[in-house]
Amino acid sequence: MIDKHIPNDTILYLNGVSVSFDGFKAINGLSLILKEGDLRAVIGPNGAGKSTMMDIITGKTRPDEGDVYFKGTIDLTQHDEADIANLGIGRKFQKPSVIETLSVWENLELALAGNRSPWQSLVFKLNGTDRKRLEDMANYINLGDQQETIAGDISHGQKQWLEIGMLLLQEPEVLLVDEPAAGMTDEETFKTADLLRDVAKSRSVIVVEHDMEFVKALDCPVTVLHEGSVLSEGTLDAVQSDEQVIEVYLGR
Amino acid sequence: MKDSFLMKDKAGLRMLSILGAALVIITFLNQAVPVDNPLHITTYTVTLFGKYLCYALLALAVDLIWGYCGILSLGHGAFFALGGYAMGMYLMRQIGDRGVYGNPELPDFMVFLDWQELPWYWQGFDSFGFAMIMVLVAPAILAFVFGWLAFRSRVTGVYLSIITQALTYALMLAFFQNDMGFGGNNGLTDFKDILGFDLQSDDTRIGLFLASGIALALGYILCRWIVSSRLGRVLVAVRDSESRTRFLGYRVEHYKLVVFVLSAMLAGVAGALYVPQVGIINPGEFAPINSIELVIWVAMGGRGTLYGAILGAILVNYAKTWFTGVLPDAWLFLLGALFVVTTLYLPKGIAGLYSQIRERQAEKKATSASSNTEPNESIPASQDAQKSKLVEEV
Repeated sequence: MIDKHIPNDTILYLNGVSVSFDGFKAINGLSLILKEGDLRAVIGPNGAGKSTMMDIITGKTRPDEGDVYFKGTIDLTQHDEADIANLGIGRKFQKPSVIETLSVWENLELALAGNRSPWQSLVFKLNGTDRKRLEDMANYINLGDQQETIAGDISHGQKQWLEIGMLLLQEPEVLLVDEPAAGMTDEETFKTADLLRDVAKSRSVIVVEHDMEFVKALDCPVTVLHEGSVLSEGTLDAVQSDEQVIEVYLGR
Repeated sequence: MKDSFLMKDKAGLRMLSILGAALVIITFLNQAVPVDNPLHITTYTVTLFGKYLCYALLALAVDLIWGYCGILSLGHGAFFALGGYAMGMYLMRQIGDRGVYGNPELPDFMVFLDWQELPWYWQGFDSFGFAMIMVLVAPAILAFVFGWLAFRSRVTGVYLSIITQALTYALMLAFFQNDMGFGGNNGLTDFKDILGFDLQSDDTRIGLFLASGIALALGYILCRWIVSSRLGRVLVAVRDSESRTRFLGYRVEHYKLVVFVLSAMLAGVAGALYVPQVGIINPGEFAPINSIELVIWVAMGGRGTLYGAILGAILVNYAKTWFTGVLPDAWLFLLGALFVVTTLYLPKGIAGLYSQIRERQAEKKATSASSNTEPNESIPASQDAQKSKLVEEV
């Protein structure tokens, strides 16, 4: 593993990753490096492989070839979703996926880092510190006064935040966020960008997004995916003036 | 802690008190009221109620996995039957040399098949303690092996339901075989006594009825404890969003396995209490139709409430007893019709009927008058009242 020469501060390392479904190459020789504390936006047209990339990192999809390493030494292709979540990679889905029949509080409690075995869950009791953490988190994601509300009853934007809050309580080192601004109002979109920038101060974050306004608000390096591999990388301005990128986005 | 989770469960507490009262009253009306008094309850009826209580425990087991974890087992009758067979084997050994052939060691059907000695898997069943352990262990092992394979391969939804059907069907065919050593077609029957008490006596019958009621109450408390804990919330999370739960770091297959095995053990206990009351266990108990009916009880009672399952099992079986007496051929049609009506109009079952009506009234109010002031405050309490009324009718 050391022979891969992964620099010490690299938290996520993808090299030459490929995966195909029924002959269709969803990811094709994708390489990507994320350093500790990075905030990175990943953009690309539909079918560029953005969600598949997340599936590979979080263990939902196994790549046909290529290396996926976490913190330089942990081979993520050898672990499943639950393992990877516990290793410290959190994922937010495109559609807000909170547990709709549980309350906001219960959703947060479920996400709280700790032993995940059935027996420990049976005898689990919230202590004062945890309670405080849940309350702080509820306030942080602007749901402080809706803790008892059933998660199915809060607005779309609030669900997105709740899910981000749940991710943070898992205390991940890397956060993968899939289209957080989808279906949000402009105001919510900017609030979300602020939230993610704040989150990125203490951990690495990859944001997959379509909305250029949102990416602009994130103010971070951008990776453009196209047909399963990296087309361009750089600041948003640099990427937007890249001939190839213009071709891909406007040419079809 | 035990107090806090039970105290919060108002509907459950009410149900438990009704159950307790019913046990005392029925026992009293059977034992203390003279036979010629119109209030007297015959031992036959008491045993019938005892049977319903076993069904209720079985329904509870199904609700735990289906209502809370989304595992729709259409083969839960298999675990019930296994528990029943374990008890049946003990009861067979209790017959001793009082069988038709008078063999002190071998049950009649083995003598008939010309077997010379007791098969290895019949060893130990002369001990009540051992048999009771097997009542739990046999269903648990089957559930563990089956669940381990199915949940690890992430078989879910309708596919899982279909293989549970196949499981119980396969067991039924196997138990029909004489070579299996479980009495084949006829099953195990002609029981004489349990722990030295005559199975035909009124006292034993009452004892079994009370034991069924107590097992049901304990089963309910155990299930309520589980669903009130964080484990219960993980189960709900698995039911509503399995992949989200995985990405939260929970090993979904372990959770499913734990609750599936536990549910199978509850079903086994129900079967073990059922067999001495009906006096027979045969492969018919494995019939797929039984497992499907059982799911209908839960759906009609109200899934995901625990007490709804109990209510559904008792009501539907009471209706079945009554209806099969009056119009035996029409029962299955009626059951089917009831199920369709429940699915279409009562998604929360009988237990949710009252809150459904209240919600509709509240909606009407809210639309007619614009002032909308927390109309749902009093629902939980009144829901109890509704339910208790239904239970009392039974």
